[in-house]
Formats: sequence, structure tokens, C-alpha cells
Amino acid sequence: MSAILQAHELGKRYRQRQALTDCTLEIPPGHVVGLVGPNGAGKTTLLKIACGMLAPTTGRIEVLGGQPNGGTAQLARVGYVAQDTPTYASLSVADHLKLGAKMNPAWDAKLAQDRIEQLDLNPRQKAGKLSGGQRAQLALTVAVAKRPELLILDEPVASLDPLARRGFLRHLMESVAEHDTSVILSSHLISDLERVCDYLVVLVSSRVRLAGETDDLLARHHRIVCSRRQGSDLPAGLEVISAEHTERQSRFVVRSEGELPAGDWSAEHLELEDLVLTYMEPPVDRGGDTAMQPTGEAR
Amino acid sequence: MIDFHIDARSGIAPYLQIVGQVRQALLLGLLTEGDKLPTVKEVVAKVAINPNTVSKAYRELEHQGLAAGKPGVGTFITRSLGQASLAEHGPLQQELRAWMDKARAAGLTEPGIEAMCQKTLRESAEEER
Repeated sequence: MSAILQAHELGKRYRQRQALTDCTLEIPPGHVVGLVGPNGAGKTTLLKIACGMLAPTTGRIEVLGGQPNGGTAQLARVGYVAQDTPTYASLSVADHLKLGAKMNPAWDAKLAQDRIEQLDLNPRQKAGKLSGGQRAQLALTVAVAKRPELLILDEPVASLDPLARRGFLRHLMESVAEHDTSVILSSHLISDLERVCDYLVVLVSSRVRLAGETDDLLARHHRIVCSRRQGSDLPAGLEVISAEHTERQSRFVVRSEGELPAGDWSAEHLELEDLVLTYMEPPVDRGGDTAMQPTGEAR
Repeated sequence: MIDFHIDARSGIAPYLQIVGQVRQALLLGLLTEGDKLPTVKEVVAKVAINPNTVSKAYRELEHQGLAAGKPGVGTFITRSLGQASLAEHGPLQQELRAWMDKARAAGLTEPGIEAMCQKTLRESAEEER
């Protein structure tokens, strides 16, 4: 099986603005990937390039081993749900399924039908009259019934209430379990990502700051609290990601490739949310450290 | 069949939460040898978690010798937990309940009660050894 997404020094420049810079990534198959980062970090740009809707300015990208804009065969392998899960307001639920069947060679009509029944959607209802949660579910149904190998979802749950969000994620995870679909999902809701994702990519100011399997990232990062010292006084092999100092105390978030060595400090693992926020914040004063650039696996 | 739930704030890895819930169900007699665990698809469709998390939990249960997977059929409980189920120890639980009422009356709050239970449990376990 080829990588979900393999990018090498990928870049995208709009007229005035660099939206994606030196993006190098290799995401192994069979993952549910969470893509996080502040607004404007380049998440949507990366997702649009991955599904062939945008061409990169520089670099290379392969999705499932193929070129994202590599014609109808490639398009059939990737399902895309754009931001705010758009549907056609004046078309009925049944029309959406008919349209899906017409446009997708591998359309799974039974799956779509079963899903609509399970969701208790009225086939004659116009999409414009559905609730936000129902519209999102309809968009997901159309994307899943296409039976793609990879589903790309751009902030699918952002505008949904908690109940609708949970319903959407249940539906999504069920599809993943049933069809072994890989997923790339962008979201600001880290608690949701924590439940459903097993791979994480943090994008900040158009660059990849961190990428890796969630369990692995959590195991490698520690918060250390100790008497005041500089990051450079910590044992070799610990990469300082962030540092905060008071007159007496220093707090570091460090990344360690192996076991954390014992020391005169208290150490604990970070929650995923804290880990992500640490990487999202701009680099802070590292207490005199030099050349301690915060980097993830992808540089 | 039992249901799982995931507490995002517990600080315990989700797969370990599932393992713990199966162990607890075994202790309470809600699960016994031969019972089928819900399929991965059934679990994720209910609690919206990554399917790999459930697979990992089931592998861990197999590793602990509590369950076994039958390809294409499902995962089954292979043994009940050694001791008699908690339900058969009603009187003991009533005593514990009475003790907790006393602890509360003495001004202990929930964290205090919990801490005392854990401390006592640890000490008695150490003395056993």
C-alpha cells in the first residue's frame, strides 16, 4: 500500500501571500490524520492540493501513490468534503444520491440508501431545508458512497452543535472501520481529533511544525518542572520545544527520542491539546538557548 | 453485550479505558467466558473513536489472556476473572458502604475517601506479599 500523502518541499504561493512553504510529509497508509493549526496556516491549501483542486507552485506531491490531478481514475480514489460541508440547497436528498451515482463509477447505491434511512432523512426533503447536522451527514454520505480509498474533510464539524458533531464522527468512524478508508481531517476541535485521529500534522504559518503518530508523539513529549536553569543545561538528547522561567523555577516542554533520563525535576506527559498548543505558539525566549529551533519530525 | 464509554479527561489512554471496562465487567459478572465482545465497527459507530484504538484494546485483552479473536467471527471472552463475582459479595459491599457513610460523617470528602481507600489497599497488598 502506498503512503496516504507524500509531499516533498511542497509550496503554494498566491499572488501576495505564501500559503504553504517547504511542506515535506510522509503519511503512512491506514491512518485517520488530524490536521491542525491556526486560521490561515495553510490547512485548506494543503487539502485542496491533495485532492487536485489546486496546483502547487513548487515541490512534489503524491496522494495514494498518484498525482492528485491525475485524471478521473485518481479523482475516484479520493473523496473530498469542503469546508462547511456544502450541499445543493435546491436539490432534494434523493437528487444528491442520483447525482452521486451519475458522477461516480464505483457508486455504492445500497450504502447510500441504507445510510439515508439510518439517518432518518426524508429523500424528498430539499437540502436547503435540512439542519446543519443533517446537511453535514448528507455530504458525508455522498463522499463515502463514492467508496474512496481516502476521504479528505476540511473542518467538517466546525459549525455543528456537539450532538451533531458526535453523530458525524460516529458515521465517519463506522465508514473507516467498514471500508478501511484512510482519512485526513482538519479541525480546531482537538478533543474530537483526540478521539478519532491516530496521526497528527500541525501546520503553523504555512509550515509543518509537527507530524507523527499520535501515541508516539505523546510518548516522546514531556513537561519538566525544575529549579531555574537554561535549556542548554538539560541533558543532551532532549530537544527543548518551549521554555518558561520564573525567578526560581523553569518549565520546559521537551521532546526525547528514547526514555526520559532521570533528573532533579518532576516530569509528566502532556495532554494532546497542550502538545498541540505548545507547537502552535510562536517560539518563546528559550532562556539563552541558541540554535534550539522547535522542529517536529518534518523539517 | 456491553457498551464502552471514553472519558477524554481521565488522562488514561482510550484503549486502556476499554481494557479496564472489560475487566470491570468481568469482575461484576456482566461478562463471562464465551461472551462475544462488540465488533470494532459496532464500538466506533457508538462512541466515535478511532477503530485502531478498539483493535489495540482487544489485542491487549488477548495478551492478558482474557479474550481471543476468532477470524471473521469476533472477539470472545475466554475466561472469567478468578474470584467470585462482586455481586456475590453483597454483605461486604454493604459493610464498605457503611464505612463510607461513617467517613463522610467524620468530615472526609470524596477525594479524601478515595485517597484513603487507595492507600489502605496498597498497604494491605504490600503486607500480603
